[in-house]
Amino acid sequence: MTEPTGRPRRVAVSHPRTRAARRSGGYVPRGELRAMTPIGALYLRSLIRSQLRLSFVVLSGLGLAIGLLPVLAVVSPRLVSVRVLGLPLPWLVLGVLVFPAMIGAAAWYVHAVERTERQFVDLVEHR
Amino acid sequence: MNSGAGLAAISLVVVATVLIGAYGLRISRTTSDFMVASRSVPPGLNASAICGEYLSAASFLGVAGLVLLNGIDALWFPIGYTAGYLVLLVLVAAPLRRSGAYTLPDFAEERLRSPQVRTITAVLVVVIGWLYLLPQLEGASLTLATVTGAPPWAGATLVAVVVVVVVTAGGMRSITFTQAFQYAIKLVAISVPAIVLLAVWRGHGTPDPFHGAWAEPLAPRPGRSHPLYTTYSLVLATFLGTMGLPHVLVRFYTNPDGRAARRTTLAVLALLGLFYLWPPVYAALGRVYTPDLASSATAADTVVLVLPQRMVGGLGGELLGALVAAGAFAAFLSTASGLTVSVAGVLTQDLLKGGVRSFRLATVAAVLVPLGLTLGLRSLDLASAVGLAFAVAASTICPLLILGIWWSRLTVPGAIAGLAVGATLALAAVAATYLNIAERGWPAALLAQPAAWTVPMAFLSAVTVSLLSPRRIPGHTPQMMLRLHAPEGLLAAEGPA
Repeated sequence: MTEPTGRPRRVAVSHPRTRAARRSGGYVPRGELRAMTPIGALYLRSLIRSQLRLSFVVLSGLGLAIGLLPVLAVVSPRLVSVRVLGLPLPWLVLGVLVFPAMIGAAAWYVHAVERTERQFVDLVEHR
Repeated sequence: MNSGAGLAAISLVVVATVLIGAYGLRISRTTSDFMVASRSVPPGLNASAICGEYLSAASFLGVAGLVLLNGIDALWFPIGYTAGYLVLLVLVAAPLRRSGAYTLPDFAEERLRSPQVRTITAVLVVVIGWLYLLPQLEGASLTLATVTGAPPWAGATLVAVVVVVVVTAGGMRSITFTQAFQYAIKLVAISVPAIVLLAVWRGHGTPDPFHGAWAEPLAPRPGRSHPLYTTYSLVLATFLGTMGLPHVLVRFYTNPDGRAARRTTLAVLALLGLFYLWPPVYAALGRVYTPDLASSATAADTVVLVLPQRMVGGLGGELLGALVAAGAFAAFLSTASGLTVSVAGVLTQDLLKGGVRSFRLATVAAVLVPLGLTLGLRSLDLASAVGLAFAVAASTICPLLILGIWWSRLTVPGAIAGLAVGATLALAAVAATYLNIAERGWPAALLAQPAAWTVPMAFLSAVTVSLLSPRRIPGHTPQMMLRLHAPEGLLAAEGPA
């Protein structure tokens, strides 16, 4: 541990040259959003689009899995007869593994969409 | 099968449900308390309440019955019942909560500013609620008859009476406690006996249930037409129908905000996954020990109730049987009371004058109609009957929600067209199935699982008519879209003026 020695040092304080600092107190798009001006509408559309993109990722994963599982069973009958821990593979997948997979997809989505929305708030409020 | 222990367990569940309802009575005072528990329910409690409400007769008895009957293809039922929440999570949960509406008709009216759309939605909510109540009462009758040998009408009447008492006494708040309690009962009642039965099965040298066409995906079997179509149509109905179930949606309004609504949905997925591991265990063991039950759909629905006594016998079997019977009754009571609250809520707001008094009156009406239908109509197997309610919800409420939330060009005539087309087609299929108009082949498959054609038709009509009536886009649509999608804190926080 170091003891504070003598008087505090002199520190120069100056205006930080960042964009956020320059804009504070000036233009904030939140007002545009609230009034739904054309610019506000543009912001809103970009928000909805980014939310919807995440939804599409989850939904297409779900659709792909559900569309492909039966095809897989038809294409490769040998896969159907494989047993893991005494359970036939299709039973293991459809009866057990689908659930953690769905929970995982949901957890990812919640995480991703919360981040997206946080970024949007930061953008609009210029934080 | 005649079991004193089973009867005692059922009585215990009934008494506990009424007592917890009475506890809720002391804290519910205003209409808002009655309707959505004043929006003060934390996500964890809310999620177990949603599951308690959602895991119905179809889940507790019907899934095992269907798997016993149809083999691996029936596993799509629990998958669909769970994946519906994944779809709900990514498309509906947060925006719906952010809309600030209390009920589905509220949402319809706020989004489109049209009393007509509101009324149509209200009628549909009531119809879906009734369709979903039918198999609950049916399942109660089946359980009571299996466990005690009571006449078929007894179980349905008992559940109807208890639900009216609990709901009129406490409304939604008491229901939240009741439902969370019901999830715990159901999970214990399905998992503990299953674990014991698995141990017994090991003791017998693990006779293998997985053989023949029963264990193979999409294998052709006598008595089943068009398994591929049926499977996919069912999957679509459950994926898109969950968001249109009124008793599920009303619970989303009790979340404090959109983020909490998402977190609640995530917890729901986990709790449902935990539950649905167990019903197939009963079906697989049923293949070994009770193959006689696979003779008919109604007999197969009793496999969860019958299996413990067949496999264990004596006092142990009787106690396990009692536990399962209690869980089954918890399932009917919780789902039926949740449905009753939402149907009665809509009846109160849209058809009566509102207020606590009308709510109580509406509760009686909400239960009496399906009770009358149960005693009059032919009985389908539980999971198929629930599947029909899902199909109607997927063909009506789902297009309204998805287009309403994500498409700013939806118009009033478009919404009405979608609702009308979806409702007409789906309800016609339901009526044809209950009246047994087509017995086999494509017509029977198309009518018994209508979602694959009714849902696209509903979406198509809503979109086409909307595009043809661009002047009828409600003027406040941009503001509404902002409210639905703006993250929490963005609009609430006031900047320096």
